Amino acid sequence: MDQQVLLPLLLSVIGAATPLLLAAIGELVTEKAGVLNLGVEGMMLSGAVLGFAATVATGSPALGILAAAAGGIALALGFGVLTLTLMANQVAAGLALTIFGIGLSALVGADFVGMPVEPLAKLDLPVLTELPVVGPLLFHHDALVYLSLLLTGGVALFLRRGRGGLVLRAVGESAEAAHSLGYHVVRVRYLAVAFGGLTSGLAGAYLSLSYTPMWAEGMTGGRGWIALALVAFASWRPGRVLLGAYLFGGVGILQLYAQGAGGIGVPSQVMSMLPYVATIVILTVIAAGRWRGRLDAPACLGKPFRPST
Amino acid sequence: MRAGEIHALLGENGAGKSTLVKQVYGVLQPDAGSIFWEGREVTIRDPHAARRLGIGMVFQHFSLFEAMTVAENIALGLEERPDRRRLAERIRGVSRDYGLALEPDRTVDDLSVGERQRIEIVRCLLQSPRLLIMDEPTSVLTPQETSRLFDTLRTLADQGCSILYISHKLEEIRTLCERATILRGGRVVASCDPRRESARGLAEAMIGTKLRDVTRPGAGQRAAARPRLQVERLSLAAEEPHGTPLREVSFEAREGEILGIAGVAGNGQGELLAALAGERPADSADSIRIDGRAVGRLSPDRRRRLGLCTLPEERNGEAAVGEMTLWENAILTAYHRRSLVGRGLLRRGAAETFAAQVIERFDVRTAGPGAAAGSLSGGNLQKFVVGREILQRPEVLVIAQPTWGIDAAAAKLIQQALVDLAAQGSAVVVISQDLDELLELSDRLAVMNVGRLSPARPTRDYSQEAIGLLMGGIHGDPAAASPTVA
Amino acid sequence: MSVRIERRPAPSRLLMAVTPLLAVALTVVTGFLLFLLLGFDAGRALWEFFVVPVSTLYDLAELGVKAAPLIIIATGLALGFRANVWNIGAEGQLTVGALCAGGLALAFWQQEGVWILPVMVVAGVAGGLAWAAIPAFLKTRFGVNEILVSLMLTYVALLLLSTLVYGPLKDPEGFNFPQSRLFSGSAQLPILLEGTRLHLGVPVALAVALTGWVLLARGFIGFQLRVLGLAPAAARYAGFSRGRLTWFCLLASGGLAGLAGAFEVAGPIGQLVPELTPGYGFTAIIVAFLGRLHPLGIIPAGLLVALSYIGGDNAQISVGLPQAVTGVFQGLLLFFLLASDFLFRYRLRLTAGREARA
Repeated sequence: MDQQVLLPLLLSVIGAATPLLLAAIGELVTEKAGVLNLGVEGMMLSGAVLGFAATVATGSPALGILAAAAGGIALALGFGVLTLTLMANQVAAGLALTIFGIGLSALVGADFVGMPVEPLAKLDLPVLTELPVVGPLLFHHDALVYLSLLLTGGVALFLRRGRGGLVLRAVGESAEAAHSLGYHVVRVRYLAVAFGGLTSGLAGAYLSLSYTPMWAEGMTGGRGWIALALVAFASWRPGRVLLGAYLFGGVGILQLYAQGAGGIGVPSQVMSMLPYVATIVILTVIAAGRWRGRLDAPACLGKPFRPST
Repeated sequence: MRAGEIHALLGENGAGKSTLVKQVYGVLQPDAGSIFWEGREVTIRDPHAARRLGIGMVFQHFSLFEAMTVAENIALGLEERPDRRRLAERIRGVSRDYGLALEPDRTVDDLSVGERQRIEIVRCLLQSPRLLIMDEPTSVLTPQETSRLFDTLRTLADQGCSILYISHKLEEIRTLCERATILRGGRVVASCDPRRESARGLAEAMIGTKLRDVTRPGAGQRAAARPRLQVERLSLAAEEPHGTPLREVSFEAREGEILGIAGVAGNGQGELLAALAGERPADSADSIRIDGRAVGRLSPDRRRRLGLCTLPEERNGEAAVGEMTLWENAILTAYHRRSLVGRGLLRRGAAETFAAQVIERFDVRTAGPGAAAGSLSGGNLQKFVVGREILQRPEVLVIAQPTWGIDAAAAKLIQQALVDLAAQGSAVVVISQDLDELLELSDRLAVMNVGRLSPARPTRDYSQEAIGLLMGGIHGDPAAASPTVA
Repeated sequence: MSVRIERRPAPSRLLMAVTPLLAVALTVVTGFLLFLLLGFDAGRALWEFFVVPVSTLYDLAELGVKAAPLIIIATGLALGFRANVWNIGAEGQLTVGALCAGGLALAFWQQEGVWILPVMVVAGVAGGLAWAAIPAFLKTRFGVNEILVSLMLTYVALLLLSTLVYGPLKDPEGFNFPQSRLFSGSAQLPILLEGTRLHLGVPVALAVALTGWVLLARGFIGFQLRVLGLAPAAARYAGFSRGRLTWFCLLASGGLAGLAGAFEVAGPIGQLVPELTPGYGFTAIIVAFLGRLHPLGIIPAGLLVALSYIGGDNAQISVGLPQAVTGVFQGLLLFFLLASDFLFRYRLRLTAGREARA
């Protein structure tokens, strides 16, 4: 493949990977604290619609991104109240969040379907963008792409080095033990959940403001679920989440290109199945390869915490 | 308490020792009354505040994080933010000074129970405490480790640190402590110098009534009795990363006898029970035999049909389902032997009747068979599940920790029931960490250590020291490579 | 003075029955406010949403028609949820079931015969069963999370349906619309009530719910499922095989979802189209929880959720309420239900002392 095709291909991969990365890194933090939030798809869609609506209404993409983040956080906190304070079943609550988020986004977005919007501006970095080959590939992206990478690095550092990261991991490993040591388990979990909501909202905003600058009902198309799978696939490690996001992004783009290039005689829907099937295969390979019973998952994942006396 | 005083807090399970001490450490807030520290009245809002005052606590159930390193675990228990290297040095220093060997970079799930306790202690010591609270510290230690712990505590006391020592082990308290406060039912009932009292006297003060001995009709061995349970070279790999593998465990339990299996927690007792119950199939069917029949590859319900009943140590959540009623819990294990299921449906009437029988015979204080198992107190639930197994008239009963955490009266009732069951011809195997209980109940005794079982011998042939050595055979002692008999 | 949260030793039975009603009430109130916010005549909208759809016999029959698949699927899901087996892919299993049943009908589209319908139904169940066998196998053999697998397979199933309906199964005389031929008369469910669409699926749904109830409450296998969900260690101790129970749950819920799919294509739809249901497979999850994971509770829950579908359509036509409101309602319902669950499992106690931290 020559330069003409390769560059846009790689750029598309970055574009496809970014929302996955954003959503997954936030969910990773949430799960590291021991909370399983299945509502990523709902939070992403809400972020998409709120970001879009706010941008169209105010003309400012910055406000749009802010609105998306705020929306994601609000929904996540609602989930938090259900599961952390009212101790509801996390799986059911996550599903409720998804269904509600999908419905809400369709409702709010009804008036905005078909409206045009300016895609997010690509930022140029002073010297770096001028570099041959590498320049336009790596250094000519919008803010959210850079943010996704910064957040990933930040989360990695936070978990490894920071005291906050130590406490977060402890809460996810054994909430009881953290509680007896005097750490505020519920508060830490609320913060983790909120962070997950923030990044999911941003992921949605990226979709509606940059990747395909428009709003359409259900435009996330299951990416939220893939982000969830990514976290497990990455063994809850930020570096691997980055890898996985780009891998999945790549698979998604590849099948689009295969379709576009006249296809291999295979119907487009079958090609679209690829990411989903790939997810299942990869999850199986991972589970089969590991020592049964030891999954690197935070030991408390999904278990409600009851402050006992 | 004075500076440098080693003070015991004595009491039965449920007397209030843990509750009291949690208020001193700030985990709970008192409803009334006051705490004075160095002459001033203080309010201890949370463990951080307690630590700032100079109070440290080593819990009975460790607050450790399996997947994290020793250093990280200790860092979480400290107030200030030390940097990694300095912390590692300080840990090594303290380990040396007090004889508590620890490697800062090892992951906790690789460590033995004794080593894990050291993390808890070092964590406290790094904060230079002036009061150290220890909650049942020796329930997980061998006699040798216990005496090393006592040396450490005496060193600390000599340096002016006060030690509040919670235990129900009377002999230890009489060895270590200079004063004792006895709690019963949430009140202080006595205060004394334990070195001047007899163990029996202390026990009676704790319980408040005269103790009754367990009666053993025709106690003594029946060497000629046929074996009902035979375990031959049972080996099983560990299931979890920090489980204990079973190595060539061999023993037999004979008609009419009680075989005791002693050992410190974490040496494979749970795995042995699970293997005998059938939760995991053995490698060969012959490794476990009931009345001569090979059952090693059979599931738990099949083994029950053939006469092997078991009872694990976790009563709520494993031996019984807390959210279900007593009659439903009766079905859990007795459905075949007592015909509580027919044509795929539950036979509620039969189950209620059976549950009522258990309740009556075992003096279970509850509203009735329809009560939720979780609503029963520890002692009553234990009586129920033990009764459920015994009333199935098993050929062989393997029971773990039959009387842990329950009141003395319930314990005695259960112990008598086990004795009676053996007298009727069944073989009973009791796995317990309570050495006193085993010495009282068992005809023969074996000791479990890192997944190996020592040969069983008549109980009266053992000395306390011999058992202690067997229990600690490989624990941290570089000299011993295999269990030795003194 | 402080407030302490305590777990009740035994859940309050009274509250257990009342809290779903509370959740419904809260949802209606929120809906009212939502309508106001959107600028509608809130009272009228609620009326159109909840009351009008049940005012005639035809409407009531419609309610049954919409509730039937929900009840069938939800019963199967409830069995699994009780045992902590989370089948989120009912929509996919329903789709594959519909494909199998529909495929069979299309293969014999020119024929009539009493045997066609029963075979279709069996094919539907088999299809759903097979699709659910995949997560069952992966979970029991490799330990892969069934939530993600069943969900991914849903998307695959929907894409499969789309491929077939746009391709090999497309009606050659259908003006190139993405739909299959209409099924022959034999391949359609008989109507039970003149002038309505009430079909065989409705009494079958009732039968399924009742059977599910007996199975769960009185059956030994239901007992094993309950123990597995409440205390997995106890299930192991008792000798209840986790693997076998997992297979049972997934196959049962998959088979039932397939059954519902077969009924949908043999009944109201009468052909294969890319969008078979407005997401019954997911909504059934809400129905299951609303019914307290109890088959008898699932019947009224299914009717209520069916009402929300019909009401949504109705309100859209008469008042102009957006279609998406239905989804919002359903999500809110589950939300409020989970929240009010708290009341029957825990209680608040006022104490004189102070709790150190919440």
